[in-house]
Amino acid sequence: MVRKKTESMKDRKKQVLERLKELGENICGQIEKGIFPWLEMPSRSTSNIQYDKKIRQYVLGDKTIKRVTRNVRHIRPFTQLVWLGDMVNMLIRQGKTSTLRDMFYMSQAYEVDFTDQAESDDIVTDLESLIKFAREDFNVFPEERSAIYANLTIEYTVPRYEGKRLNLTVHPDGVIIGPALASAEFIDTDAEMVLCIEKGAMFTRFLEEEVHKKFKAVLIHTAGQAPRATRHIIHRLNRELNLPVYIFCDADPWGMHIAQVIISGSANAAHLRELTTPDAKWAGVWASDIVKYQLPSERLKELDLKRLKELERDPRYREELWQREIQVFYDIKKKAEQEAFSRYGLTKIVEDYLPKRMEEIKSY
Amino acid sequence: MENSLDAGEFYRYPPDIYLRISSEDGKETEGATVHTIRVEDNGSGVPARHIPSAFGQVFYGSKYKLRQSRGTFGLGGTMAILYGQITTSKPVKVISSTAGKCIHEYDVLIDIRRNRPMVLRHKTYNNPDRWHGTVIEIKMEGDYSRASAKVLEYLKQTAIVVPYANLSFVDPKGRLYRFERATKEMPKPPTETKLHPYGSDVETLKRMVSTTSCKNMVSFMMEHFHKVGRKMALNFLEYAKIPPKKRPHRLKTEDLVKLAKAMKEFPHFRAPSADCLSPLGEDLLRTGIQKELKPEFVAVRQRSPSVYSGYPFIVEVAVAYGGEIPKTGSILLYRFANRIPLLYDEASDVAWKVVNEEVNWKYYNVNPAEAPLAVFVHICSTKIPYRSVGKEFVAEVPEIEREILNGVREAARELSLFLSRRKSVEREKRRLDIFERFLPKIARFSSELAGKDKVPEVKPLLKSVAKYGAEED
Repeated sequence: MVRKKTESMKDRKKQVLERLKELGENICGQIEKGIFPWLEMPSRSTSNIQYDKKIRQYVLGDKTIKRVTRNVRHIRPFTQLVWLGDMVNMLIRQGKTSTLRDMFYMSQAYEVDFTDQAESDDIVTDLESLIKFAREDFNVFPEERSAIYANLTIEYTVPRYEGKRLNLTVHPDGVIIGPALASAEFIDTDAEMVLCIEKGAMFTRFLEEEVHKKFKAVLIHTAGQAPRATRHIIHRLNRELNLPVYIFCDADPWGMHIAQVIISGSANAAHLRELTTPDAKWAGVWASDIVKYQLPSERLKELDLKRLKELERDPRYREELWQREIQVFYDIKKKAEQEAFSRYGLTKIVEDYLPKRMEEIKSY
Repeated sequence: MENSLDAGEFYRYPPDIYLRISSEDGKETEGATVHTIRVEDNGSGVPARHIPSAFGQVFYGSKYKLRQSRGTFGLGGTMAILYGQITTSKPVKVISSTAGKCIHEYDVLIDIRRNRPMVLRHKTYNNPDRWHGTVIEIKMEGDYSRASAKVLEYLKQTAIVVPYANLSFVDPKGRLYRFERATKEMPKPPTETKLHPYGSDVETLKRMVSTTSCKNMVSFMMEHFHKVGRKMALNFLEYAKIPPKKRPHRLKTEDLVKLAKAMKEFPHFRAPSADCLSPLGEDLLRTGIQKELKPEFVAVRQRSPSVYSGYPFIVEVAVAYGGEIPKTGSILLYRFANRIPLLYDEASDVAWKVVNEEVNWKYYNVNPAEAPLAVFVHICSTKIPYRSVGKEFVAEVPEIEREILNGVREAARELSLFLSRRKSVEREKRRLDIFERFLPKIARFSSELAGKDKVPEVKPLLKSVAKYGAEED
């Protein structure tokens, strides 16, 4: 097994703690000098979000914003930011994790006046761009979870499980991609590729058909739009283990975009790295497959067409494959789900469609 | 009761008035029943020889001079007595003393046919304490349960406009309502003045020429009219084409018509003086409003004297905001005329029109539909231009309307200033609160982050915000 380790999870946590300490020292120093503490951080306004063709993801521009506690409108979010820093500092030191919702409720004991969870989520994003680490690195996870199934042995780094190993075939439903898994080290695998699947039913079908054996694949159920922890795992599988990544979702504008976000990331996460996998491939279901395999389909709704228009203009969709498939959608005005292949029996997709597609994709 | 107040004011005693309404059987019942109304005051008292006529004869009136007083003709008291007599056939009981040796008690009936008093009983008592004042007891039929709201409103509003009086009221159920005086200051009493030519009419002139002792028209004009000197009299008589040497009692009716017309038209009469008026004054009105409504803010304006149709008048206006003033969805309007609360037909009154239709409250940062706002309009005049015999609402006389409008505007401007100042004070306080709340937290969290035991001191920072106020962006 080829292992290209970028950096260990432990190192990352250590760096996060250092950044947080610097933040605290900076603010304390300012107060001691008798000046109103202030911070500078990258601006996350839309005007400062650009698409970087080189690394094929959205990035933040050079614009920064200042948060100055002398300003009465800034002092509350500033306090919230420092509070959050203090909380995650504690989380990391105690080896605990939290969720976005949890953070919102925790805040109420400290009277830092979040009006709703949207506001506290926003401050979490602020802290990410300030210390330049993803919230998963400071132990704050979203609620939604997706699953992984693979002949892949990992080693936990979370407290109480530290050093414990687990093979990800251990559970027939797959293993949930939670905080512990996202921070685990990859130890050993015979996998040669990663297959991401949008729908749970299809994920289960792949397990039953033993795709992980037949294709030597790591199977990941994205459960719709892939959560950031899942995107990070995919990134790591690609980066650390050099595994090619194939994404398989519904043949409609929304499914297409699930693939695209795994590949190029989202504007919301423009301040973060290591969530994208630019070399990942969109493996289907393509619009052209609807014609080619005569899949049962539905008409594109107005909302679908509107979304298609947006995607057509999106810089992430410049490449030929995407533009070609968008045109096919326009031509046939139809969409299909992954399960549509079932009209040809349970095994058609695994035995016929997938192998052909893998061959085909190599040329893109 | 208004007579009682007048009596007190004229003799400069802060009035103490006690009013009791009791029903025959001591219970408050539905429908009209016989009630006894008792009014006691500590006024000057009525000389004994005048008592029978004053209370037993219609039109005996003590109000025969031109001076601001609550009533116009002196009819109110006798009308009440008459109404009592008609409904119950009972006499009025009057007890009075002018601080002399005796207290006199009369039971009087009005001989309606001849308009003469009929004394049923007269008793005298010793007055060792030199008590002065008057007690009147009238029995009349009435429905108190229906009138009670108006009675209480009348008392409350009277308490506003007569803040130097103690008012006590016992209702038929025996409940005591007390409105305490807030001051012993009283307004300057009005002086009597002569009639202004603008305000005269043929009937008045007829009466004057028949009783005057003046031998010619020049001295007649100078003697009987307000602000008319020799020169003015001569000029006027020339204008009216009436010979100056003419004897007044020789004037025929057509001459009087001509004279009255000329008096209205002659453009050079001097404006009447306002000495005959007795406005409440800004301080007293403010005291009265504060006493009864406890508002957060009150602005009072007394306009300078003005004239309509030869009658001098003064408008006093107040705008009060907040405190115990309820939010009713519209502006509470309190109207007073010569210190009498006007309770009925509010929407027909000139003041209502000004307050609700002419003043643009938005301009003063007030939304009348939401604000706890009250407006007070007090008109003093030797003649209030009521639009009806009921004397409940004031006509739209342009001069009066203009004075009310200007007064309300001036007071409203002051209110608007108060509101914006209060807003900025609140904003400043909120701003300081925010710093006080958050800076210590920032210090605590950041010292924990830095792993320091000592939390940095934020007091100097807080001090500097309080001192300079201005913020940086």
